[in-house]
Amino acid sequence: MTEFLLGTWNGLPAWSQGALLDLAKILAIVLPLILAVAYLTFAERKIIGYIQVRIGPNRVGPRGWLQPLADALKLILKEIIVPANANKFLFVIAPLLAFAPALVAWAVIPFTDTMWVTNIDAGLLFILALSSLGVYGVIVAGWASNSKYAFLGAMRSAAQIVAYEIAMGFALVGVLMAAGSLNLREIVLHQQGGLHQWYLLPLLPLFLVYFIAGVAETNRAPFDVAEGESEIVAGFHVEYSGMTFALFFLAEYANMILISVLTAVMFLGGWLSPLPPQWVPEVPLLGALLGGGVHWLLLKVSLLLFCFLWFRATFPRYRYDQIMRLGWKVFIPVTLVWIGVIGGATFLTPWGGVFH
Amino acid sequence: MEFKQFIFYFFAAVLVFAATMVITVKNPVKAALFLVLAFFNAAGLWLLLQAEFLAIVLVLVYVGAVMVLFLFVVMMLDINIARLREGFTRYLPLGGAVAVLLAAEMALVLGSGRFGLERVPEPAGLAADASNTRALGRLLYTTYAYPFELAALVLLVAIIAAIVLTLRRRKDTKYQDPGRQVRVERSERVRLVKMPAEKKS
Repeated sequence: MTEFLLGTWNGLPAWSQGALLDLAKILAIVLPLILAVAYLTFAERKIIGYIQVRIGPNRVGPRGWLQPLADALKLILKEIIVPANANKFLFVIAPLLAFAPALVAWAVIPFTDTMWVTNIDAGLLFILALSSLGVYGVIVAGWASNSKYAFLGAMRSAAQIVAYEIAMGFALVGVLMAAGSLNLREIVLHQQGGLHQWYLLPLLPLFLVYFIAGVAETNRAPFDVAEGESEIVAGFHVEYSGMTFALFFLAEYANMILISVLTAVMFLGGWLSPLPPQWVPEVPLLGALLGGGVHWLLLKVSLLLFCFLWFRATFPRYRYDQIMRLGWKVFIPVTLVWIGVIGGATFLTPWGGVFH
Repeated sequence: MEFKQFIFYFFAAVLVFAATMVITVKNPVKAALFLVLAFFNAAGLWLLLQAEFLAIVLVLVYVGAVMVLFLFVVMMLDINIARLREGFTRYLPLGGAVAVLLAAEMALVLGSGRFGLERVPEPAGLAADASNTRALGRLLYTTYAYPFELAALVLLVAIIAAIVLTLRRRKDTKYQDPGRQVRVERSERVRLVKMPAEKKS
């Protein structure tokens, strides 16, 4: 069997071998991601349930474990309704526009020192460019639905994302200045040497700005005015049903995971262990566990995702003018000042080493 | 045909198609979305030329920021298409003349024999580890530091001018002062009034 498979593999032309390998890598990321999204929705319902002193879903399967599958089945079987006078082509393509950028960005994420799909030099720029594309799904959905509520939701979302995109970009400029590289793998390798070397502490204001802007960018509570069910029903996806709605749902959760991974990579040392390398004992199992590895990245991402859910259960929704004020008048000045601090400390004072 | 050439012609064909649709399609929102498609294909062409910084910045700035704002405005406009097309025949001669002039100029420049592989040799391909982000940064912050700073200053002036031109405080609009909202105390909002219990007369 193995010989037969090897024989077929070697018999393929070189270009198709490369293409098949790339396809396998993409599948190896996308399939676990979809599964993670499904169980993130379950985790959200359970965690918010416990925060609000109730049990959460517990009927489907043992302790409710099959609930996401039941939800997916329900959404697949429901009818997709296209409103009258809606622009059909744009109406159908909008959920894809929302979902695709959330998947494409994974192409440049380094999972460990040697595990990635591509390792391009302009990785940070690529991420910035892609994270600004997600808004098209929302805008196009709002406009193509031919509905006032959807349109209002799209307008709110566009204004909010444009505002927070700038603060997010400036926070990344700080990371870029500290690491001296746009390559995400090199950014992580610059944080080597234990917890105190991570960018979390020297770039603490930028970390906070980036993470909060990430919450705003994914339209999550307390920044979810684009859906704001008490004011504009469900915002931009009010006309969507069945699988088209499910795609928006998937996009939101995939974006949450993506923002968490990026925060972990850029501020929390990615796959690196919080222990300095000299503290890690040379023991077979424990050494591998305490040293760096993809399990640390997963742990950090889980922690950040828990924060997303925690925020939603804790904070009331921001008023619209307050969101704009926070984005333009608080975050952008904070990031600008900290970029100045990094540059000044590096070139004018002997304490530049703190940031590098 | 080489695979790279096929990709080039594919991107170029979609680019030309999208650019034509931008000026022919009736609905302004659709025109803006076709412009986004055109930008994407231009970025693809730049990637083929190994100019990854330009390609990504094109997507980042034009697709991610400029076109979002553009769509934002265009969607809120109530454009009367019939009125827009009214003067089409009246302006056709003038517009056609300008178009012919442009085409003639382009033909003169491109057909002058100053281009082509025999006049300008094909540039050598970049090394695999060459980063044109770094190369651009080196040039901008050393050789062209002063022009770069000057351009930044011009942009800053433009930003401030735009804010000053549109900033007008109407007297009858109510504003909230977040600082005061945060500092507010119970004594400013709640007044306890003591009064004797009402008696049934």
